[in-house]
Amino acid sequence: MPELLSVKNLKIEATSYPPGEPPKVVTLVEGVSFDLQKGKVLGLIGESGAGKSTIGLSALAYGRGGCRIIGGEVLLNGRDILKLDRSGINTVRGAQVCYVAQSAAAAFNPAHKLGDQVIEASLRHGLMSRDEAKQRALYLFRVLGLPNPETFGDRYPHQVSGGQLQRAMTAMALCPNPELIVFDEPTTALDVTTQIDVLAAIKHAIEETHTAALYITHDLAVVAQISDDIMVLRHGKTVEYGTTKQVIEAPKEDYTRALVSVRQAKRDEAADQSGALLKIEHVHAGYANGFKVLHDVSMHLPKGQTLAIVGESGSGKSTLARVITGLLPPSEGRITFDGKELPKALKGRTNDELRRIQMIYQMADTAMNPRQTVRDIIGRPLSFYFGMHGARKTERVKELLDQIEMGPRFLDRYPAELSGGQKQRVAIARALAARPELILCDEPTSALDPLVAEGILNLLLRLQEETAVSYVFITHDIAIVRAIADSVAVMHRGRLVRFGPKSKVLSPPFDDYTDLLLKSVPEMEIGWLEKVLRTRRMESAGN
Amino acid sequence: MMESGPMTGPVLTDGTAGEPPRSADLSGVPAKPNPTGEIGGTFWRRFVFRRPLAALILQRLGLSVGLLFAVSLMIFGGIEALPGDFATTYLGQSATPQAVENIRKDLGLDRPWSERYLNWLGGAVKGDFGTSWASKNSVSEQIGKRLGNSLFLAFFAALISVPLAVGLGMLAVQFRNRMPDKIINVISLAAISLPEFFIGYLLIMFFAVQWGVATFPATVYDSMSFTERLSAIALPVATLVLVVLAHMMRMTRAAILNVMSSAYVETAELKGLGTFRIIARHAAPNAVAPVINVIALNLAYLVVGVVVVEVVFVYPGMGQYMVDAVTVRDMPVVQACGLIFAAFYIFLNMAADILAILANPRLRHPR
Amino acid sequence: MNLRSIPLSAWIGIAGIAIAILCAIFAPAIAPYGERDVVGDIWLPAGGDFLLGTDNLGRDLLSRLIYGARTTIFVALAATVLSFSLGMILSFAAAVMGGFVDQLFSRFNDLMMAIPTLIFALVVLAVLPQHLWILILVMAVLDSTRVFRIGRAVALDVAVMEFVEAARLRGEGSLWIIFREILPNTLSPLLAEFGLRFAFSILFLSTLSFLGLGVQPPAADWGGMVKDNKDGIIFGISAALVPGAAIATLAICVNLVVDWLMKRTSSLKGGRGDA
Repeated sequence: MPELLSVKNLKIEATSYPPGEPPKVVTLVEGVSFDLQKGKVLGLIGESGAGKSTIGLSALAYGRGGCRIIGGEVLLNGRDILKLDRSGINTVRGAQVCYVAQSAAAAFNPAHKLGDQVIEASLRHGLMSRDEAKQRALYLFRVLGLPNPETFGDRYPHQVSGGQLQRAMTAMALCPNPELIVFDEPTTALDVTTQIDVLAAIKHAIEETHTAALYITHDLAVVAQISDDIMVLRHGKTVEYGTTKQVIEAPKEDYTRALVSVRQAKRDEAADQSGALLKIEHVHAGYANGFKVLHDVSMHLPKGQTLAIVGESGSGKSTLARVITGLLPPSEGRITFDGKELPKALKGRTNDELRRIQMIYQMADTAMNPRQTVRDIIGRPLSFYFGMHGARKTERVKELLDQIEMGPRFLDRYPAELSGGQKQRVAIARALAARPELILCDEPTSALDPLVAEGILNLLLRLQEETAVSYVFITHDIAIVRAIADSVAVMHRGRLVRFGPKSKVLSPPFDDYTDLLLKSVPEMEIGWLEKVLRTRRMESAGN
Repeated sequence: MMESGPMTGPVLTDGTAGEPPRSADLSGVPAKPNPTGEIGGTFWRRFVFRRPLAALILQRLGLSVGLLFAVSLMIFGGIEALPGDFATTYLGQSATPQAVENIRKDLGLDRPWSERYLNWLGGAVKGDFGTSWASKNSVSEQIGKRLGNSLFLAFFAALISVPLAVGLGMLAVQFRNRMPDKIINVISLAAISLPEFFIGYLLIMFFAVQWGVATFPATVYDSMSFTERLSAIALPVATLVLVVLAHMMRMTRAAILNVMSSAYVETAELKGLGTFRIIARHAAPNAVAPVINVIALNLAYLVVGVVVVEVVFVYPGMGQYMVDAVTVRDMPVVQACGLIFAAFYIFLNMAADILAILANPRLRHPR
Repeated sequence: MNLRSIPLSAWIGIAGIAIAILCAIFAPAIAPYGERDVVGDIWLPAGGDFLLGTDNLGRDLLSRLIYGARTTIFVALAATVLSFSLGMILSFAAAVMGGFVDQLFSRFNDLMMAIPTLIFALVVLAVLPQHLWILILVMAVLDSTRVFRIGRAVALDVAVMEFVEAARLRGEGSLWIIFREILPNTLSPLLAEFGLRFAFSILFLSTLSFLGLGVQPPAADWGGMVKDNKDGIIFGISAALVPGAAIATLAICVNLVVDWLMKRTSSLKGGRGDA
């Protein structure tokens, strides 16, 4: 069978402009080759910076923001599209090869109606008449399960939800009947319950239209549902390339094996969950403009244990953390810490009360002052809470660095000189420096690559064993909950849906929302998506 | 030396710059206290929800009127609060106390300032700015003619500079980081560093004195024909254009570049569309709002720029009238001119805001 | 950051500013004649004893230009430093305290900015007595409104960063947060802004002096020198253009440095953007 797309020995460079230094040339992709046949799907998987988007865009002979394709061939139906001139490549783009971006919200032009943008490429390339294009758009809106497909195209991008926009972008890519679509993390920006719908819609649509696809993602479980082949990338080079079955079930390389087996460390929950270091009772909270975010939330956390708060964006889980810290005083309800009611607002709390509750953020980048060294960052709580100075302080900072598995050589580094994982470790050390009894962790691993995240989780577990610190762990990732929690609170639209010991919350009988949430989390298993969809169809048939 | 408008700051951002309001509470709508107070609250809220565009525009109009009122208070009241006695100034240091007393009574300075303010404001609303201390003539009459002259000057400067600035800005974008762009960048950087009077005298030196192709001073009088007037204002207009052009061009370039680097222009490129189609269909509709904003802001600056240019060219406009009044401390004239200049400035800034709101598709097509 | 990464344009700017400052400091040593001495006929052409000729009263133009650098730079710099301190303190206070204080300061600032600076200055200077320190104060107060706006925006940008929140959660006071957390992260954009304000002050002072409301004669200052000699223009005497050119050159030099600082700031943010 002839190859639709054949990429040979691709090499891509970019120029970076580090401040105060002459520009530097960086190699983003080196020696990557793959083949894709008609109607097949190839998954490109890797961490951020692995070069996967850059490779995907090379199928359209496009270099984003200063990227230059400097070597190799990209053969589309046997023709090297890298050798085409601007007007030649324009007959390929939007006609033979289309692109679906990660953020459809930014990729749609705010000034035009969705329908006009969806059919634009088909019309401009003279592939169909306006009526035909409209018919096809309508058909695609139906296939993709968009609401009111007849009038959907009359709306403006800002008038529809993020999940719908992502499907509209898929319709826009499918409209001209292309031979190949490049999906660039199309579901990454979506909530997990929305992701499954969009994923199913994309899968259905490309099967229905026999379109080949390059599917780019960092989530191996997602790509396992949709692709025929998988290529694992790291630092712009191929790690492993094979069929989906082989890569998922019998990975050859260590790196792939680690990706597949990530987060399998499980911890049994504590048997006794009766005490309460932190007790949240009937808390209501909202913002000054009257918008209410939390409604009657109650939960508690025993000493030395971990409470995971799960929910999608907008569920109020981060707001709850702000309420606990006192940044957002609750309008009703009370929070008790170690048997004493905490003053509602930050200003009313004593330094000792503040010391006992510390926080770790999602983005370690913004959580640390870029103009302070590791020594200053970790040292400040020491001098602030305990009045430590000079050699004693340095000694303690070194101890803390040891505790987070980083040596004293990091003492005088700035955050910019650390990797993502190292930054998060320093943030943990800063929290530990205060000798807290409770650490609020706001998605501390979701911005990290899976292997690094695993290391952070293990560190947190070890520290809990050593210091008996309690965690409130805010996350949207059920796998993490399974791995580290003792008790779990599920939140949805500002309300507590379910709360209790992990074993109870994560086993049936479920309420509707928890059921949906749990079923939406992709599992590292081929055919999982079909299974979920089948159950759903059966359930809706049964009703 | 750009004067950015009073309302381009945080107030504007809640409607135009931020992400579109996606939540049901429509947070993009002014989070300001509503002007009608508590009782009208629900009505205003409902209005804001149903007609966000009209509500935003009404809000800007109200804000401008309020601002103008506050400015009038500041121009009148603020001066009262400052040290220095008008009567003494008026007569000179050597005046006898009796003479000072008389003059105070003459000018009405013996009455409480709140009463004088209300009188002044009441008159100003009707177009009566009182009598000049220096010439004893009606201020309004004097201003009437001169305001027309100033606007005549500013109008032609705008007529030339706006298309030129937008054109050059687009040219700079087209050749971004290449020679034409770099040349335009260096020249415009130099141009914003030149004081108006320096440009003015340079032009006079060469065009009027050495080559004799233009007239100086740029006097205009009633009996002049339209073409005579035009040739009289050629040099002042050229000066104003040079002053305002560089700013407008740089800001236009930045506004267009911002749009050209957006994700939806990349989408258009990946659809295989031609350059012209991308610019006309995808970039232009989104660039209109910021560019209009830039133009209105610069026109506001133009109104102020006439002050210096009029003095340089001895042109009988508002600016020269005001500067003369300031030197002899003729307060009614100073206050009247100050208020009128501020009113134009506020009005143009408001226009910039409203045009930007109107050009925003997110506000034009509410959910 | 090293010297070699500074572009040529910025070097030109730095050199120009350095020359002007040297003239200002060592004026009595450099200037061939006194600031106020009438040394020859009026409006003598350039050359001979008088390198740049003489002015409308027969004073040496070069000497006045050198002394003028002193006044112009001193007044503009003093006004900028003052306006910057004022604007920064108020804006950072507004950004850190938020709530009522922020509203009060910001609305008052909006009001001040609703009147064009030059018009505002004209109105105020019409009332106030003519003293150098009053001139500096008026320039500083009017200009601080712009510093306030920039400062508040920059501080708010940084103040919402999580490391500031972390400091707040630790229980740090406002002073620590302003000076240790926010200020070090805003230096680069603020330095550029300082340059911009300085350039504006030079132009603004010159404009006021040109209109007869700035530095009062017989003290030499560049804007005033243009005013003194403007009547010569009609006779083809370019004496007024010399101080005008000096103002323009200094302003261009400052802007060249600012331009470089701004580009440096934007590349610090990691934006590949439009450098």
